Amino acid sequence: MAAALVVALAIPVVQSTSASAAVNYSKITSASQGGGLAGLAAACKKEGQLNVIALPLYWANYGGMIDGFKKAYGVKIDEANPEGSSQEEIDAAVTNKGTNRSPDVFDIGLAVGVKYLNTATFAPYKVRMWNYLQFAKDVDPSAEITPNYTGTMTIGYSGALGTITKLDDLLDPKFKGKIALNGDPLGSSAAMNGIFMINKALGGTFDDVSKGVAFFKKLKDAGNFINVNPTEATIASGQTPVVIDNGYIQAGVIKQMAAAGKVWKMFTPAAVGSTYNSAISAWAPHPACARLWMEYTLSETGSNFWALGGATPTLWVHLLKTGRASAAGKSAIGNSKAVAEKATSDQTAKARAYLKTAWPAAVGTN
Amino acid sequence: MTQLQYKRTGSATGRAGSRYWRSKTAYLGVLPFLSFTGIFLLYPTWNVVSGAFRDNYGEFSTTILKSVFNDPIARHAFGNSLELSAKTAVIGAILGGLFAWAIATGKPGGLFYKVAVALSSVLAQFGGVMLVFAFLATFGFNGLVLTFATKFLPTTFLADASWLYSMNGLAVLYTFFQIPLMVLVFLPTLENLKPQWREASDALGGKSFEYWLRVGIPILTPSFAGAALLLFVNSFSAYATANVLINLADYLTPLQIATALTSETGGSNPAEAKVLAFYMVIVVVIAMTMYALLRRKVSNWEQRR
Repeated sequence: MAAALVVALAIPVVQSTSASAAVNYSKITSASQGGGLAGLAAACKKEGQLNVIALPLYWANYGGMIDGFKKAYGVKIDEANPEGSSQEEIDAAVTNKGTNRSPDVFDIGLAVGVKYLNTATFAPYKVRMWNYLQFAKDVDPSAEITPNYTGTMTIGYSGALGTITKLDDLLDPKFKGKIALNGDPLGSSAAMNGIFMINKALGGTFDDVSKGVAFFKKLKDAGNFINVNPTEATIASGQTPVVIDNGYIQAGVIKQMAAAGKVWKMFTPAAVGSTYNSAISAWAPHPACARLWMEYTLSETGSNFWALGGATPTLWVHLLKTGRASAAGKSAIGNSKAVAEKATSDQTAKARAYLKTAWPAAVGTN
Repeated sequence: MTQLQYKRTGSATGRAGSRYWRSKTAYLGVLPFLSFTGIFLLYPTWNVVSGAFRDNYGEFSTTILKSVFNDPIARHAFGNSLELSAKTAVIGAILGGLFAWAIATGKPGGLFYKVAVALSSVLAQFGGVMLVFAFLATFGFNGLVLTFATKFLPTTFLADASWLYSMNGLAVLYTFFQIPLMVLVFLPTLENLKPQWREASDALGGKSFEYWLRVGIPILTPSFAGAALLLFVNSFSAYATANVLINLADYLTPLQIATALTSETGGSNPAEAKVLAFYMVIVVVIAMTMYALLRRKVSNWEQRR
C-alpha cells in the first residue's frame, strides 16, 4: 500500500524532469542537460542575476563582456571587488557560502585553480566549445576549471620616452626612477611572469630565473627600477611611465591614454604568458546564470570581446582555423596561432622559492 | 554621611522596581557599542589568536608558530615594522607635541585654533593610495619638486628622489598622518595646564625653566608617552600606504600577512597569516597595557586638581 503510494507520487516527479522547470541547474555538467542554450537562458532569466567577482572593467575588456551579456540575456550582473586576487575570489565564495551574495563564477590563475581542484569548490561543466579550447584537456579533463584566455606579458611605456627596441635600452639614464613592476612576485602572478619574460629574453628558462633577477638588479642599481605598485592613477599621471604588466591591461591603458591625447607603447622582449581559467562555484546561488556566463564567454562572441581587450582566447586558434575570428580582434592580438609560453605550476613554485630571498636581495630597500 | 546612607537604603526599599529597571535600561544604551566591538574587534581577535595555534587543516599545532618565529625573513619584516613604527612615533610625537603647544598657547576658539584642529582631524585620516600618490606627484622621480629642483637646485637632496622610495620615505609619509593625530590626542592635555600653576610657581620665585622642570614636564610626560604609544600602534598596523610605495611582499609584517592571504603564485598560507597577525597582536597588547598604566597616572592628577 505504502509502496504503491510512493510510486504514484513519484511518477509525476519523474515526468516533470523532462520540463526545464525541474532541472537542478547546480548539478548539470553541460548545456544539453539543461535544455540547451535556450533552456539555460530561460532559467537564468528566472534567477534574474549573476554574481561575478574580481573582473576589472579595463581587464581583458571585461567591461564590454559584461555589457554584452546583460544586453543578450537581460539579467543583472553584480560585480564584487573588481581589484581582488584569485585567492580572494575563492575566499569570498567560502565566506558568503549559502547567501545569494556568493560569487557564481570565478576567473582565476592556474596556481589557485589547481590548488582547489577536487575539493568540491568548483562545479564541473563542459561548455559546448570545450573540445576546441586550447589547453582544456591538459589543464583539467574533468572541466572543473576551463582555460579561458592567455595574457602575454609586455612592457608598456609612455610614448614621450621614445622607442624601446631592446632590453638594455631600459638601463639608459633617461629611465631613472621610471620602471615599475605590477606587484611582488611572491604575491602577484603578473609580477612573476614579468620576471619570466625578461629572464627568457636573456636566454633563461622557466626552471631558472636567475638571469631575469640579475637584470632587475642592474635596473635597480642604475636607479631606474622603483618598487612602487603601479595603479591607474600613477600611470595616468606619469608617475610610473614604464610598467611591466599583462598585455590585456596595457590595451586598456592605450585606450585611456589615447583619449587624453597621449601615446602609450608596448615592447615585448619575449613571449611569456599566463592562461586564466573560468570556473563555476559549487554553491553558486544562480547556477543557470553561472553556466550561461560560461557558454557566453567561451563562445565566438565572448572570445571576440577578450581579443579586443588584448587577451588571446583559448578558442582563438579554432576561430582562426574556421575563419570566424573577427577583423577587429585580429588587429588587436594578431593572426598568430602560437600562444606565448607559460610556466607550469611546479616551475612557478620553484621560482617562488628562489625569489623569496633572491628578489628582496636584488631590488629590496632599507 | 547618615543622610547619604538613608538615601541609599530608602531608594532601594521604596521604589525598588523603577530604580531596578532604570539601571537596566541604562545598559541598553551601551548595547550597540558592545555588539559593535564584539563583532568587529573581539571576534576577529579571537579568530586570529585561536587560528595561530592551528595548522591549515584546523588541527591544533604550534609548528607554524615556531617556524614563523625562527624564520629570518619574518623576523626581518617584523624588525622593519618595529623600527618604522618607533621612528614615526617619536618624530610624530615631538613635532605634533610642539605643534599642539603652539595651538594651545594661541587664542582659544580663534581662527587659527579652529583651522588647525579641523585640519588635523582630516589629515590624521589621510593615508593609503591617496597619500602615496600625493607624495609621488610632489617629490617622486617624475614629480613637481624634482622637475623644479633639477633646474634650479641640482645639488640638493630635492633633485634626487630616491629617498622617497625607501624606509625614510615611508617614515616621512607616515609622519604626515602621525603629526595631526598627535595634535588631536595631546591638545586636551596641554589645555588642562592651568595658568594658576604657572602663576603659583612665579609667585614662589620659580624661574621659567624651574616651572617646566618641576611642574610642566612631570605633568605632561605620562600623557605625552601615552600619545606616542598610540602613534606607535597606529603606524605598526598601517598597510595600504606601504603596499603602494614599497611593493615588496616581505618588507613589513602587514605586507607579509597580505601576501600570505592573497598570493596568486602559490604562496597562500592562511595559517601563517594568522600567526603573523598573532605576533602583531602581542605587540599591540603590550603597547596598550603600557598606555592604560600611563593613563591611570594621568587621570590621577586630573582628578586631584
